[in-house]
Amino acid sequence: MGGSILGNRVVRKEDPKFLTTGGKYVDDLFDEPLLAGALHVTYVRSTVAHGQIISIDTSTAKDMDGVVAVFTAESLGLELMPAGLNKSAKRAFLARDKVRYVGEPLAAIVATSRTAGEDAAETVVVDYNVLPAVVDVREAAESTVHLFEEVGSNIVFDSMNLGAPDNSGPEFFDGCEVVVRETIVNQRVAPCPMEVRGSAVAWVDGRLHQWLSTQHAQGAHSSLCRTFGYEPANVRVIAPDVGGGFGAKIGLYGEELLLSVMSQQLGRPLIWRESRSESMVALGHGRAQVQEIAIGGSRDGRVHAYQLKVLQDCGGWVDSAAFLAPFMTRPMSQGVYDIDRIECRTLSIVTNTTPVVPYRGAGRPEATAAIERAMDLFAAEIGMDPVDVRSKNLIQPFNEPYQTKMGQTYDVGNYIESLNRVTVAAKYSELRAEQAKRRAAGDTVQLGIGVSVYVEITGGGGTGDTAKIEVLENGRAKVYTGTSPHGQGHDTAWSMLASDQTGIPMDRIEVIHGDTDLVPKGGGTFGSRSLQQGGAAVHVAAVELVDIARGLAATLLEANEDDIVLDKENGAFHVAGSPSVNKTWADLAVAKKSEGGLVHAIDFRVDGATFPFGAHVAVVEVDTETGKVRHIAHTTCDDAGTVLNPLLRDGQIHGGVAQGSAQALLEEVLYDPDGNPTTSNLADYAMISAAEVPSVTIVMMETPTFMNPLGAKGIGESGSIGATPAVQSAVCDALLHLGVRHVDMPATPERVWRAIHTAKSGVGQ
Amino acid sequence: MYPAAFDYKRPESAAEAISLVNEFGDDAKFLAGGHSLLPLMKLRLAQPTVLIDIGRLADLSYIRDAGDHIAIGALTRHKDVETSALLRQHVPLLADAAAHVGDRQVRHRGTIGGSIAHADSASDLPATILALGAKLIAEGIGGRREIPAVDFFKGFLESALLPDELLVEIQVPKMSNAGWSFLKFNRRAQDWAIVGVAAWRDAGNCGVALVNMGSTPILATSVVRAIADGASVTDAAALACAEAEPQSDNNATAEYRTHLAQVLVKRALETCSR
Repeated sequence: MGGSILGNRVVRKEDPKFLTTGGKYVDDLFDEPLLAGALHVTYVRSTVAHGQIISIDTSTAKDMDGVVAVFTAESLGLELMPAGLNKSAKRAFLARDKVRYVGEPLAAIVATSRTAGEDAAETVVVDYNVLPAVVDVREAAESTVHLFEEVGSNIVFDSMNLGAPDNSGPEFFDGCEVVVRETIVNQRVAPCPMEVRGSAVAWVDGRLHQWLSTQHAQGAHSSLCRTFGYEPANVRVIAPDVGGGFGAKIGLYGEELLLSVMSQQLGRPLIWRESRSESMVALGHGRAQVQEIAIGGSRDGRVHAYQLKVLQDCGGWVDSAAFLAPFMTRPMSQGVYDIDRIECRTLSIVTNTTPVVPYRGAGRPEATAAIERAMDLFAAEIGMDPVDVRSKNLIQPFNEPYQTKMGQTYDVGNYIESLNRVTVAAKYSELRAEQAKRRAAGDTVQLGIGVSVYVEITGGGGTGDTAKIEVLENGRAKVYTGTSPHGQGHDTAWSMLASDQTGIPMDRIEVIHGDTDLVPKGGGTFGSRSLQQGGAAVHVAAVELVDIARGLAATLLEANEDDIVLDKENGAFHVAGSPSVNKTWADLAVAKKSEGGLVHAIDFRVDGATFPFGAHVAVVEVDTETGKVRHIAHTTCDDAGTVLNPLLRDGQIHGGVAQGSAQALLEEVLYDPDGNPTTSNLADYAMISAAEVPSVTIVMMETPTFMNPLGAKGIGESGSIGATPAVQSAVCDALLHLGVRHVDMPATPERVWRAIHTAKSGVGQ
Repeated sequence: MYPAAFDYKRPESAAEAISLVNEFGDDAKFLAGGHSLLPLMKLRLAQPTVLIDIGRLADLSYIRDAGDHIAIGALTRHKDVETSALLRQHVPLLADAAAHVGDRQVRHRGTIGGSIAHADSASDLPATILALGAKLIAEGIGGRREIPAVDFFKGFLESALLPDELLVEIQVPKMSNAGWSFLKFNRRAQDWAIVGVAAWRDAGNCGVALVNMGSTPILATSVVRAIADGASVTDAAALACAEAEPQSDNNATAEYRTHLAQVLVKRALETCSR
């Protein structure tokens, strides 16, 4: 009998399909019978950032060849609806009275082809009374030009509304020998999933079928029912293969919601898929915070007080970013440190830009970036090594719940150990020696070493997930899960979990997800929740299924249940010591046929979030003549608890490090002063490519959590949370001896060159 | 996005292509590899009503030794320029510049003639042929004519080609044993250059041209003159932008471009002089 498959580098069983015939995405549904004769939807989008709509003239479009219908908010009778976090802010799914960002949808063309739709969209004439655009979040906070006049301000949410205290004044830092302040920018980035948004709808006998590129089919089902009053039984949402989401495909967008309404009116199935240029301005963006940090302590390296003020740019709608700042960034603002006094106030502010939504880390990378930058600035100010300063201030290792000053209950943590392991693996002291050599020689290309230590919150908000395992009469099994993979590898991971308990081989297990008819209840995939909740549910369901099967086998074998063992090698139950007389999974499934089959379903509950942690060391080379930065090495030690499959874990770290490096060095969504996007394609928006990502060295560390039976914490977002500040820190570190204190992200060549230039000429010293 | 509607013609020969462009006039555009034109069409910044697809004209894809120069058919793919043994031997600067164009997929589709005729100052090859003093052969209804590279680039995306002319051949002088350097400064491997430099130098002469330092590729004549007059590399490089008119964009301000051009010209000339 072999050992457990868990913990092994099992190759992804979904990959042969993706690498050969390819996945089946929304845009590949042309052979779906229910979508026969589907019409194509093209949205007409605002070309101005802020303006009152005087009129929308669709007359030319309506008469064009191939155009079946043109809808506006008026023709659909769309009402303004209040935002969740601020009821005074209202909008409709198509702009009705006002537009608030370039790319906001304001009409829909339904046509026989996508090209006819685009041709028609070009002829729609919108007459605007153009208003001044409020683009910069700092200006927006003060501006008398308001996006939502009824709110009376562009500040749509303030953490003080929660009863959280305001940040106090300078007396907060009383007793500190050193206080360092800085305003840092955690810039706006675009999630850029490989597959852009898309959806298709068909009404069949009064029942809605909606295919959707989403991270959460069941959430979309609820949204549809809640928004339009559909009977839950009359709605089916199906997520086919989904080509990435990164958080931006959790919620349902207006463009997706409206499809069912238009389809109902026209009596025809509809399909919509945005272009990349549309996606860059209409899929939600991520991050977008301006942070005022202040840190105080003594010259021996102890930090006594830390204060953070966050200005969260929400873009042109009170979207999820308004929520992320107070409920994700603020709770995690303390990070891994034991600090006497800590304060954090967040302001959520609307601007005339694309709405901001969760993006890989969603509020926690911003919290980590702020405190890690603060630690570096403090270290530089007192002339201490950044690793030493961190070591002096880390929360001591704990195996029982730890209450933070920000009201979080961290489960388990050993931050110093992850920092020690990563600095050893990265050869930290050798890197410092190499750096000293280059500095002494005055080399053109300088070395920078950046360190970060982080803790994050995963599976937050969720309380568990569903799992169902069905054994078929041929001995195969189907695993139904409430999670919704879109690149993570759940087919492999959930098959491993089910196989480990039942002994049914992985290739005889099918994982089913993302179809609300098959899985009515599910939490979806986001916030690094899947393994600890959805995977744990599969594990528990499998354990219980084996018990049920054992009882059944005992009955059939006329033996005592306690004497029955499962031979996992052969997938058969027998009396201990008598393997020749047995009942296979297939036998048991046949035996249960008349009673609905051999099926076990559970709704697995957990008590709360887990708090994975880790440390990263980034190494960069900076060409001090041109300002160009190369990220040349990266070492991580990410503790996600017990690891189910190191291959999948590594993949998550690689992708997260790439996106972290991208934010630190390359990516930024930009607007001109009038609110026109200037990075709305992948030539202008510097999305990272394989050529820019260094090889990543991954150091193992597993501190199991007690929050679920697998001991697993989340891993999906650790890479981006840990890497972003480490890479940024490395850039600043490379320039420290030249008098540079801080370089905002992304560290573009020009920004780095200017920082060097400014420091050299003594400006701003 | 999708391009506006257009008609599509696929001639069998260069002569037929020229005859077609005469027939349709200003509304027609030649389509070669499509890597400059099609993105503009998809954004609807270009809306030709007829595309004349010359991409499969085999008679325009070649690299030949022509004595004092190498003759390159306009439809030769970047990948073939990059890997040509003949070019690697006689015009290594051009082969290396071609290796910097876009990414592998782009280099397998895009053509040298298409890139030059598109006359984008941010592209790698226009500046390179300018530095090398190449000649461009254009063919129209009235026959062939020869245009020196220095007279070819007229303005932003504007070449000396007449609307009814087709660029058919690029003639690049052999470099004998000159030192050379192609430097491309960008943020991501596959990006256009923020600033690029194509340079060569032998015992007596040198050639230096700049990528993306104005509305056309720029011949750095002041640098060339200074080197001829015996200036040091550092002093010559300080004159890198004497002829340039750099613009500001998201990637770089004009001021930073100016600085970069000086650094890169210095580095390129140092490499050439080794």
